[in-house]
Amino acid sequence: FPGLTDVSISEDIPVEGEITVPVGSHSPDEDFSTLDEPVRDTIMRDLKAVGKKFVHVMYPKKSSALLRDWDLWGPLVLCVSLALMLQGGSADSRDDGGPQFAEVFVIIWFGAVVITLNSKLLGGTISFFQSLCVLGYCVLPLTVAMLVCRLVLLAGSGTISFVIRLIVVIAMFGWSTLASTAFLADSQPPNRKALVVYPIFLFYFVISWMILTFTPQ
Amino acid sequence: MAAADDMKFQEFDDAANLLAANPDATTISIDEPVEIPKNQHSHLQEPGREEDDELLGTNDSDKTELLAGQKKSAPFWTFDYYQTFFDVDTYQVLDRIKGSVFPVPGKNFVRLYIRSNPDLYGPFWICATLVFTIAVSGNLSNFFIHLGKPTYHYVPEFRKVSIAATTIYAYAWLVPLALWGFLMWRNSKVMNIVSYSFLEIVCVYGYSLFIYIPTAILWIIPQEVVRWVLMIFSLCLSGSVLVMTFWPAVRDDNRRVALVTVGTIVLLHALLSVGCLAYFFDAPEVEVPAPIIPAQNGTVITKS
Repeated sequence: FPGLTDVSISEDIPVEGEITVPVGSHSPDEDFSTLDEPVRDTIMRDLKAVGKKFVHVMYPKKSSALLRDWDLWGPLVLCVSLALMLQGGSADSRDDGGPQFAEVFVIIWFGAVVITLNSKLLGGTISFFQSLCVLGYCVLPLTVAMLVCRLVLLAGSGTISFVIRLIVVIAMFGWSTLASTAFLADSQPPNRKALVVYPIFLFYFVISWMILTFTPQ
Repeated sequence: MAAADDMKFQEFDDAANLLAANPDATTISIDEPVEIPKNQHSHLQEPGREEDDELLGTNDSDKTELLAGQKKSAPFWTFDYYQTFFDVDTYQVLDRIKGSVFPVPGKNFVRLYIRSNPDLYGPFWICATLVFTIAVSGNLSNFFIHLGKPTYHYVPEFRKVSIAATTIYAYAWLVPLALWGFLMWRNSKVMNIVSYSFLEIVCVYGYSLFIYIPTAILWIIPQEVVRWVLMIFSLCLSGSVLVMTFWPAVRDDNRRVALVTVGTIVLLHALLSVGCLAYFFDAPEVEVPAPIIPAQNGTVITKS
């Protein structure tokens, strides 16, 4: 190599460093390793993430936190609690009553999967689990409505209680649909937004119908 | 033979020379299919079919068939293959729904609206909406009919949703499958000018079910006469869409086979609507004035 013949390291530039690999407290994996922390910290971190997403659903602003760090704990908790609260309806025979636990579960999860597939097939840019996460979290207003309905039904089941339940369920249905549309509609091409929003509307309408027609014993 | 001539492209020269040398030799000329002018097609057909070509839109069917062949080229195990079935915009779906509700006499729904772009969005979501509409409307109508009675206790009747789903999805997907198989079989025996792909038949059936959604909502009205009038009206509308779609496909066939096919299509459609009305919607009670029956011992018994 002719160009390198006159390169030389001058004597007064110190060359130093460490050859040994440091072990112990200076490895960069230390910050991400959660194996040594107390269990309480692990659980609290996940709970705080779920709680933050609940707050995002109740006040739907266009923030990307719900989309970016998706998790399915919240939807699972909401789905199970909604399905449990829908039990105990009266029926003369098993065939004529309200939905069974498994039916509610299947409707919510299968419905969410179908809506996600639909929006992806229509050319949406959102990922599969992000969409499932949003649809599941937006069931929160309807779960609150179910709670309110059960409390109102404890007081009585006349016409006034029905009117109260109707107003609450309609309001929460609107909230759920608007919240999920706010998160999901942006990821669609503009000439197909209505095609994506309509199945979400149908999904929350079915859940609202199940809540409204719940009659206790 | 000069060497320079050997290097030249001599194909046409050779043919002309050979023909000049031997005028009676048989010649074969190979043309490309797209270069056949359109007027040659119409010369081969009977003159009575020309207006059908206009109605069926076969003027641009060559182009659309070429385009359709280029479109669905992804293998069926990839996601992109299924994405080609959802390649519709909002206004297209609304146009197709409008075309199924207001059938123009003489116009073919498939050629006019589908145009080699069948979608699965319409059939799937129209069926889903219809399932829940029938279940909810049936529940509501039963509630209003039995409202005043003291022994009545409201039940949500959630089982009927699964029954409705099975019925409607089976009708909207299995009947097109059977019809498509039947048309393919007849197509191999009789040369038809019109043949539909399986997805186009699913599309027609799916969109033709749309009229039943407002009909099911209006069936809440607890009057028998109103319900039957609504049912006949919606049956005529959606049945005419189906008949106008499938009549050109079986017209060339044996007269009896064609009539039986179209008759079966209409009959199955009618069976679906009658069955839904009978099963999901209880009959409204008719108010009968109590007849007075004179009893043996002089007391009057009224029968209610």
